[in-house]
Amino acid sequence: MSRIDVVVTGLGATTPLGGDVASTWDAMLAGRSGVSPLAQEWAAQLPVRIAAQLAVDPTGLLDRVKLRRLDRSEAIALIAAHQAWSDAGLADSGLDPERLGVSVGSGIGGALTLLAQDDILETSGPRRVSPHTIPMLMPNGPAAWVGLELGARAGVHSVASACATGAEAIALGLDMIRAGRADVVVAGGTEAVIHPLPIAGFSSMRAMSTRNDEPERASRPWDKGRDGFVLGEGAGVIVLERADHAAARGARVYARLAGAGLTSDGFDIVQPHPEGAGAIRAIAKAISDADVAKSDIVHVNAHATSTPVGDLAEITALRAALGDHPVLTATKSMSGHLLGAAGALESIATILAIRDGVVPPTINLDDPDDGLTLDVATNKARHMDVPAALNNSFGFGGHNVALVFTRP
Amino acid sequence: MTRDEITAGLAEILEEVAGVNPDDVAEGKSFTDDLDVDSLSMVEVVVAAEEKFGVKIPDNEVQNLKTVGDAVSYIEAQS
Repeated sequence: MSRIDVVVTGLGATTPLGGDVASTWDAMLAGRSGVSPLAQEWAAQLPVRIAAQLAVDPTGLLDRVKLRRLDRSEAIALIAAHQAWSDAGLADSGLDPERLGVSVGSGIGGALTLLAQDDILETSGPRRVSPHTIPMLMPNGPAAWVGLELGARAGVHSVASACATGAEAIALGLDMIRAGRADVVVAGGTEAVIHPLPIAGFSSMRAMSTRNDEPERASRPWDKGRDGFVLGEGAGVIVLERADHAAARGARVYARLAGAGLTSDGFDIVQPHPEGAGAIRAIAKAISDADVAKSDIVHVNAHATSTPVGDLAEITALRAALGDHPVLTATKSMSGHLLGAAGALESIATILAIRDGVVPPTINLDDPDDGLTLDVATNKARHMDVPAALNNSFGFGGHNVALVFTRP
Repeated sequence: MTRDEITAGLAEILEEVAGVNPDDVAEGKSFTDDLDVDSLSMVEVVVAAEEKFGVKIPDNEVQNLKTVGDAVSYIEAQS
């Protein structure tokens, strides 16, 4: 059976490292951290007072009246989606809207809106609650706005699988094109929950780094001194396109999305399986789906969030699923953890590693954990040929998503 | 408060919540057809007008306020 090939023809992002893909990628290759102290007054009472905040605030980029109707997660999804759309050169391509789909998810949704409007409810009463509250906080809001602005009519979808959301949204886009439901899918993730409540919640789980005095050194995957993840905000969106559709319009192709593997642990609501059983199956499914050999995967953009348990469980899974040859990196050491956008941003980094033949560094890896038994591009970008690479994303709830990208 | 002052107050609200150019706001203009104020923004306009002019505008009255002039007359009668 001949299978429909799917390629990546556009990239867009707004992240703690830059307001677009080029500046984000430059910052990654330079090993810069996007983590900074939280200057907001509310942060003073929190155990965690650092975060990876957007490098370019979206409020200066969008119309003031429009912003009244957009949750921050929706605003940045729109910014990233418009970048990707324009990058793909689809704006005046005559694409049939009924062949254009959207798959954009968020891990937590419009929490900033929910909490701000709850404050208004408490202080001023129900009549003052904004009529835009529901479309701003609904989890499908970012996807719906992207679909609305791009005129997508082949279906607008919003998966939610916590920190695997961005990758799962991309996998759904792949499925949509393979199943013949769309020729082009705008896919990715968005997250904007830098607010005391989510921070307090993650802190109570003891999941976050409290290295408040050294923000830029707080996110340190696989380092012995790691003490949790650093919360980040941002959005990443890519344009997936049927390969023959892209070829027919002479589109520039970054990479192929060759395969995806999705599994669930069925083990614990937040703890990863200690042997990474679900992750191993996801990686195996992805490389089988991509029809590549284990040895072809020379680079992995790991999920590696800088938590004591998760970082090593992933090493165990990668060794079991791929062997000991791939060169790893954990770009969360620089970007922080973008939750529902993480898989999308890291897919972009994986795609650009293939395009440019360079693996971005894992910074702050000063004293590697004894359990780190694979090669990592430590503290400096590593130039190497990358014909095929894997991106892992795992989420609370036991979601495991592995994506294989290859050179077109 | 004169009708002109109420119109000017409404224009400020319309600019804030719906991005309407204040120069376009006049008594004869329809909120939806001329000023492009959609139903959700109209809710915001009403709540802001209640606060600004110290009046109550019940939901069943809002449907009768088709034009800026309708709103000015209602506010004028209430205040």
